[in-house]
Amino acid sequence: MFPILETKEIAKNVYLQRIQAPRISKKRKAGQFLVLRRNEEGERIPLTIVSSDTVGGSVTIIFQAVGKSTTEFAEMKVGDTYLDVVGPLGLATHIEKFGTVVGIGGGIGTAPLLPIATAIKEAGNRLLSIIGARTKDLLILEDEMRAVSDEIVVTTDDGSYAKKGFVTTALQEFIDRGEKIDLCIGIGPVPMMRAVAEVTRPHGIKTMVSLNPIMVDATGMCGACRVTVGGTTKFVCVDGPEFDGHQVDFKELVMRNRAYLREEKTAMERIEHKDGKCTGGAAVPAGGGN
Amino acid sequence: MADATPKPRPKPFSIPKQPMPEQPPHVRVGNFREVPYGLTPDLAILEASRCIQCKKPQCVPGCPVSVQIPEFIDLVAKGKFVEAARKIKETNALPAVCGRVCPQEEQCEKPCVLSKKGDPVAIGRLERFVADFERVTGNVEIPAVGAPTGKRVAVIGAGPAGLTVAGDLVQIGHDVTIFEALHKPGGVLMYGIPEFRLPKEIVQAEVEYIQNLGAKLECNSVIGKSITIDELLEEEGFDAVFVGTGAGLPYFMNIPGENLIGVYSANEYLTRANLMKAYRFPEFDTPLNKATNVAVVGGGNVAMDAARTAKRMGAKNVYLVYRRSKKEMPARVEEVHHAEEEGIEFHLLTNPIIYHGDDESRVSEVECQKMELGEPDASGRRRPVVIKGSEFKLAVDTVIVSIGNGANPLVPSTTPGLDTNKWGNILADQETGKTSKKGVFAGGDIVIGAATVILAMGAGRKAAAAMHEYLKTGAW
Repeated sequence: MFPILETKEIAKNVYLQRIQAPRISKKRKAGQFLVLRRNEEGERIPLTIVSSDTVGGSVTIIFQAVGKSTTEFAEMKVGDTYLDVVGPLGLATHIEKFGTVVGIGGGIGTAPLLPIATAIKEAGNRLLSIIGARTKDLLILEDEMRAVSDEIVVTTDDGSYAKKGFVTTALQEFIDRGEKIDLCIGIGPVPMMRAVAEVTRPHGIKTMVSLNPIMVDATGMCGACRVTVGGTTKFVCVDGPEFDGHQVDFKELVMRNRAYLREEKTAMERIEHKDGKCTGGAAVPAGGGN
Repeated sequence: MADATPKPRPKPFSIPKQPMPEQPPHVRVGNFREVPYGLTPDLAILEASRCIQCKKPQCVPGCPVSVQIPEFIDLVAKGKFVEAARKIKETNALPAVCGRVCPQEEQCEKPCVLSKKGDPVAIGRLERFVADFERVTGNVEIPAVGAPTGKRVAVIGAGPAGLTVAGDLVQIGHDVTIFEALHKPGGVLMYGIPEFRLPKEIVQAEVEYIQNLGAKLECNSVIGKSITIDELLEEEGFDAVFVGTGAGLPYFMNIPGENLIGVYSANEYLTRANLMKAYRFPEFDTPLNKATNVAVVGGGNVAMDAARTAKRMGAKNVYLVYRRSKKEMPARVEEVHHAEEEGIEFHLLTNPIIYHGDDESRVSEVECQKMELGEPDASGRRRPVVIKGSEFKLAVDTVIVSIGNGANPLVPSTTPGLDTNKWGNILADQETGKTSKKGVFAGGDIVIGAATVILAMGAGRKAAAAMHEYLKTGAW
């Protein structure tokens, strides 16, 4: 059993939880994820490890309450326990001194970006960060990202806070002002990652993205998370989660993430009826996350 | 249920093989309950009395774990069911599982002298009967284990091989910890073999038996990720390690459309259905796509399991697409028979070449070509050859690719000094399970590739003996 030590809503419908998991806290590296299961009936949900406290033995996750499972996670309180937590899974981010690195986090994608950005900075790189959200209420980890960045640009699609526009607009501005970018890391919704890859492609800037497909076991056993990279099928859980953004078949990934929309709707209706409230359907697949 | 009164033993050759009552096909396709009901005490005694108690039994050498077959059958014939179960458990820690999933027709029952004149003694059914009897009547007894040896053993993978190693070594007195990657122990018994063929309650009971012997179990431990073998040996104080991680890397055919929604590996389909209980969605959270027309690709036991599961999940038509003929199918005869009874439609000498999808990228058709059998290949089976111009399409909304599994690389890739072959299987001595790395043993599917539960258990049995020797002497 894995008790929750801390839980809070850090943006609209976005939750941070600190969970007691000593083994994982000691072992995890930037870029890795874990899998959680709430109870006997629960599904296995993969989520990125945002940070860990090796002394206290805890790990921190951040997630958006969008499907049935994450909505139930959000309702859990300090002292409640997850039945199963397993990790760290996936390959750790390759960290070295690249030179100038641009780190881009879109929406909830800033959560998996933070540990990578931190490691990138610690390795002696110059880190230019761009974090964005649809609107001010959805922006997360601005202070934390600012603390590890040499420069940071914050964007909102609707202009409700900071710079109005998309993260790609800010990326284009870095390129236009003549920054020599050695590596770009983009993490966020699939359309954002695809857009980032298209901005950097003509300039030959190496671009890594972190993918969040549907997973079941997350140890390479089932192949639910397969994605086409450079014409070859890869399993995100063991070959990823990070891949060359110029090689990923994003269109296929978008489609595959929609596999269980109908079932997710059924599941959501169940909890809404249980709670006697209606919050509207959520268009995010079960097993998504990262 | 009390032990039935033994009756005077009739002449063996006068009694026919006793049928095992089972759910009729039209009923069972509507539920996930176990297909056979099992023998009744009377039927079991009658069946056991068919055994002629050979002086030199041929059945025992046919069993990979050398169950004392004539002895336990004699006890059944005398109505001593609990004693019979304990007799089996002297050499087999998982009798209720083996009685259900072993290919007895290829092993113990094949050399039975009765089969020369008719049907062999139904050894598997009797094994199943006594194991169930012992469990259901609450007569499971925990035998005394050896005095603590002070040696610690890590078993990686709580599947058939690992559970056998754990059971054997803990009985000797070693301190055993089993590490399991998933949230439930049992390995393929839990995620792969469906409820209607092997109820999960039985797997849990057999695992609990091994825990009650004293073995510790740590689920959610992915060795190679959560902790490495070197760390187990050097930091956590284990004296020896057994790797029984199974064949957990699904093969695909690498044909166009294989990543469309609705194309599953058999591992994924069965894991969702069995381990995650998708057949009880939405009570359980993990879903499976609702399907009307399902194609299962392959001809092994896993393909039969997938096809029969799809039928129970509500599919109207389930097509089994296999590139050779029925004769070459690797599945057990009984499984093929059950699948046919349940209305699985066999498309033999047929191979998928392309999957087509709809505008939501969901699979809608499988394009196949017909095959004919040519010259024998390396496996000794006749090689399927394409018949030109024979392409045709089947309308489907789910495809389950069940063409086998390779070795999962998580352990080998994180264990320096552990050698593998070109397919990624760990190289281990067949008799001892010794690998290229001192103190590390391996057995089961991770060594020989996807095979059967009992072969993995046999490998576990041999490895346990060699591990005990190593722990005693330290000689490698």
